[in-house]
Amino acid sequence: MSRENVLVSAAWSEENLQTPGVVFAEVDEDTTAYDGGHIPGAVKIDWKNELQDPIRRDFVDREGFEKLLSAKGISNDDTVILYGGNNNWFAAYAYWYFKLYGHNDVKLLDGGRKKWELDGRPLDKEEVVRPTTSYSAQEQDLSIRAFRDEVVDSIGNKNLVDVRSPDEFSGKLLAPAHLPQEQAQRGGHIPSAVNVPWSKAANEDGTFKSDDELREIYAEAGFDGSRKTIAYCRIGERSSHTWFALRELLGHEDVKNYDGSWTEYGSLVGVPIELGSGKEA
Amino acid sequence: MSNGCGAPTQGGSIDVSTTETVLEGKVLNDGTPVGGAFVRLLDSTGEFTAEVVSSPEGDFRFFAAPGSWTVRALHKTGNGQADVSASGPGVHAVEIAVA
Repeated sequence: MSRENVLVSAAWSEENLQTPGVVFAEVDEDTTAYDGGHIPGAVKIDWKNELQDPIRRDFVDREGFEKLLSAKGISNDDTVILYGGNNNWFAAYAYWYFKLYGHNDVKLLDGGRKKWELDGRPLDKEEVVRPTTSYSAQEQDLSIRAFRDEVVDSIGNKNLVDVRSPDEFSGKLLAPAHLPQEQAQRGGHIPSAVNVPWSKAANEDGTFKSDDELREIYAEAGFDGSRKTIAYCRIGERSSHTWFALRELLGHEDVKNYDGSWTEYGSLVGVPIELGSGKEA
Repeated sequence: MSNGCGAPTQGGSIDVSTTETVLEGKVLNDGTPVGGAFVRLLDSTGEFTAEVVSSPEGDFRFFAAPGSWTVRALHKTGNGQADVSASGPGVHAVEIAVA
């Protein structure tokens, strides 16, 4: 896997806004940013209301994904360029999700909305309507999705990469510092996990660090390239960002995202939890 | 609040419980509020902790912990940063000038 196959620059994107077969999609949990101005021609995907099942804690099913992409006017042959706010967390989540359902050609806009805005590139409020398509999705590719039992079985034998902030990892905080701390589950991390905050993989402007820098960051944290890997965070979006760095940029083959993440693990009865920084003294 | 980890809309007022340490303030350029700036909370070692987008009135807010912090704002018109020391729970005010 090379960077050019999975990542495009803001400059490339601006030059390809009109290119047939290239569809831009903004993905966020809070879509008010899109409504206030988006990349010209980009469709909106609402992470919460369109990608999550409204009742169960799970994704929309295969049929639901087909229906969604058909309605958005995305076809199987399109190159889909995903971007969003929050340093592309939700766009990275959507990227993983598109891969899960077998979309062939999907890429992230490096730096997402932040880089685009900092560059002063154009945004508009035009309503984007694309002709409906007939999208056909694959069964979920479970080689990139981890569930709780596998996570518990992986303690001590796979790389468990906890990408939350050090204070969430240690058990001091239960959510990122831009959110109130009201969660009910226990604090801490999965035993044997290494803590590499997602932000280590990103530059200040939201773009990904170079492959060399990324390799060094994970090696320094004790990431073992010969082992299989599961990444997790609180709900699975920050870890999609790291999943992208490890699998799509660095080319590690067996990397899964645990979308249940800490909100599931930290609420399970009877599973082991480790507190503190996790580093041997 | 939403179930996700995304940064909420900034601004407005909140009830701060007696246990929370809140850092809040405005991003300003020559005294004029700067909306749409990317405001980053860095810990005492300079490590990234959280990021929000300032409201149209330039407001930002973090739920942190007692200690020394740096708030850094990025905007297409310029960047800037300020240090803030939170001695304990409560609301701690800080302004960031960008240029």
